Amino acid sequence: MAGHATSLKTYFTIWIALLIFTGLTVFAARIDLGVYNAAVALTIASVKATLVALFFMHIRGTSERLTKLVVVSALFFLFLLLGLSMSDYLTRAWH
Amino acid sequence: MSTVKAQVTERTNYLNADYGVRSWLLTTDHKRIALLYLISITFFFFIGGFYALLIRLELLTPAGDLVQADTYNKLFTMHGMVMVFFFLIPSIPAVLGNFLIPMMIGAKDLAFPRINLLSWYLYIIGGALMCHCMLTGGADTGWTFYVPFSAITNTKFVEAGLAIFVAGFSSILTGLNFVVTVHRMRAPGMTWSRLPLFVWAHYATSIIQLLGTPVIAITILLVAAERTLHLGIFDPKLGGDPLLFQHLFWFYSHPAVYIMILPAMGVISEVIACYARKRIFGYSFVAFSSIAIAVFGFLVWAHHMFVAGISLYSALVFSMLSYAVAVPSAVKVFNWTATLYKGSIHYDAPMLYAFGFIGLFTVGGLTGLFLAALGIDVHVTDTYFVVAHFHYIMVGGAVMGYLGGMHFWWPKISGKLYPEGWAKLAALIVFVGFNLTFFPQFILGYLGMPRRYWDYSHMPEFQVLNVASTAGATILGIGYLLPMVYFLWSLRYGDPAPDNPWNAAGLEWKTASPPPTFNFDSDPVVTWEAYNYDEIDAPHIQEAPVGR
Repeated sequence: MAGHATSLKTYFTIWIALLIFTGLTVFAARIDLGVYNAAVALTIASVKATLVALFFMHIRGTSERLTKLVVVSALFFLFLLLGLSMSDYLTRAWH
Repeated sequence: MSTVKAQVTERTNYLNADYGVRSWLLTTDHKRIALLYLISITFFFFIGGFYALLIRLELLTPAGDLVQADTYNKLFTMHGMVMVFFFLIPSIPAVLGNFLIPMMIGAKDLAFPRINLLSWYLYIIGGALMCHCMLTGGADTGWTFYVPFSAITNTKFVEAGLAIFVAGFSSILTGLNFVVTVHRMRAPGMTWSRLPLFVWAHYATSIIQLLGTPVIAITILLVAAERTLHLGIFDPKLGGDPLLFQHLFWFYSHPAVYIMILPAMGVISEVIACYARKRIFGYSFVAFSSIAIAVFGFLVWAHHMFVAGISLYSALVFSMLSYAVAVPSAVKVFNWTATLYKGSIHYDAPMLYAFGFIGLFTVGGLTGLFLAALGIDVHVTDTYFVVAHFHYIMVGGAVMGYLGGMHFWWPKISGKLYPEGWAKLAALIVFVGFNLTFFPQFILGYLGMPRRYWDYSHMPEFQVLNVASTAGATILGIGYLLPMVYFLWSLRYGDPAPDNPWNAAGLEWKTASPPPTFNFDSDPVVTWEAYNYDEIDAPHIQEAPVGR
């Protein structure tokens, strides 16, 4: 990928970071945070997914407009999935 | 037009360039991979058809006397799973799309030929898992495999889920290949506004495949996690939410209907333009309506859940959004009809399928609006009305489009002409058989016959319509068998096809029939607009073949 070559050192740094976050997930799972259990786990997972997308999938530093469009589209459709599903969950009469 | 014959000497083409099993199983030629898909999906079509036959035979009499109730559950489950995931979804994209898209845009192959072959192998692995599932007893969850039942059933749901999971990746890879190919591999002069509408339709389909399919894969994994690890995702006893499953399932599975119908719409646009000898009326509207369908299709999924217990406010929003998706579909139907106006219409077999498509898709689409209306939906949910509606779309629409496309491009694929008379007869038989099968089901559903019932002896008044439906299914089966017979016959006995037997527009008709391995002998340059039938039919213009 000429133009935005990533050094081996960066890859290893991100890999170590992902391992640390995995450890953090396991650690957090052993502590009862009450209603925040899912929120903490999902936050860590989102950070990890962002790191993978930015560095391993080369989103960071891309100059391609099409690549940016793909990323924005994917996030938009994720928003639709979550947003419209929650529009049901949060407004149920029997909830 | 159909009687055009030409003496064609044997040329090197993708079929005779190499021989032997290895040359096929390791091929990276998009045309050969398309044929591998053709054989594979035909196999699954007849398996799915066999299940349909047994279902219809059981319903011939009100009593459940042919199979046991459990067996009947498995029959409609395996019919749905096989037909949806192993025939309809790959049908037009993986066969006709694979074969034609590179040629239509003037490319030598798809962007990732080896990934294309990988997609077929994934399909075959998924198909083998599905066969294993069927041979070891099958699943009984319905093709929608709703929780909580799918999380507890003792039948072979895990195998079926795994098969669909693997086949889903095949679908993702095909979509990825098409998107990259359309962006990167277009011939000089082949601008977006000159792309055939078949390509636009497949581009929109690919977007759905890329964005939607991972969600069904994750959903299957979540059900598997709940079954094996007892994680509380969907089961309320464990803190889960059963409606979450339906949200995730339909987020993919409603757009999946557009994966089936959009490519068929692409076929119809090509066929109608050719046999009306006119440029498609409102080209841009038809092109962008494909994208609109792909996007709007993701906003309507909860209309499958109106009676499942979702919020009334949410149901109102989804009802309105469901009406919205009808707009781009109607744009297409009106534009095709307007294309016919003052056209020089030829009633060849592909055109008969196109006419059938327009009529049946319109009925299927309009009855979809019935189901988008909250009040009517409550009355007809889980009745035969729903079964009739989606078969009008998925069989009356997608399969008619597939058959129309197979006839239209068969001379290009095989280098042989099919017998036109038989083809017209088959198109009529399919149309009559289809309507006789599924129209009575609208009435049955409206009168209150539930779907997925094996025994209706407490409502014997429904037998007459069920007998009509079974009789129609028999006629439909003959209509489907006929093309397979005469296509195979034509391979040996058919007249050699000229390069452009229909005098059609489009780059794929400007190369040999069958095409050479790399599609064109020299790189094509496009200097004309799409569907330039006025120029093609103008007597003073002699077209020069491209790449020959």
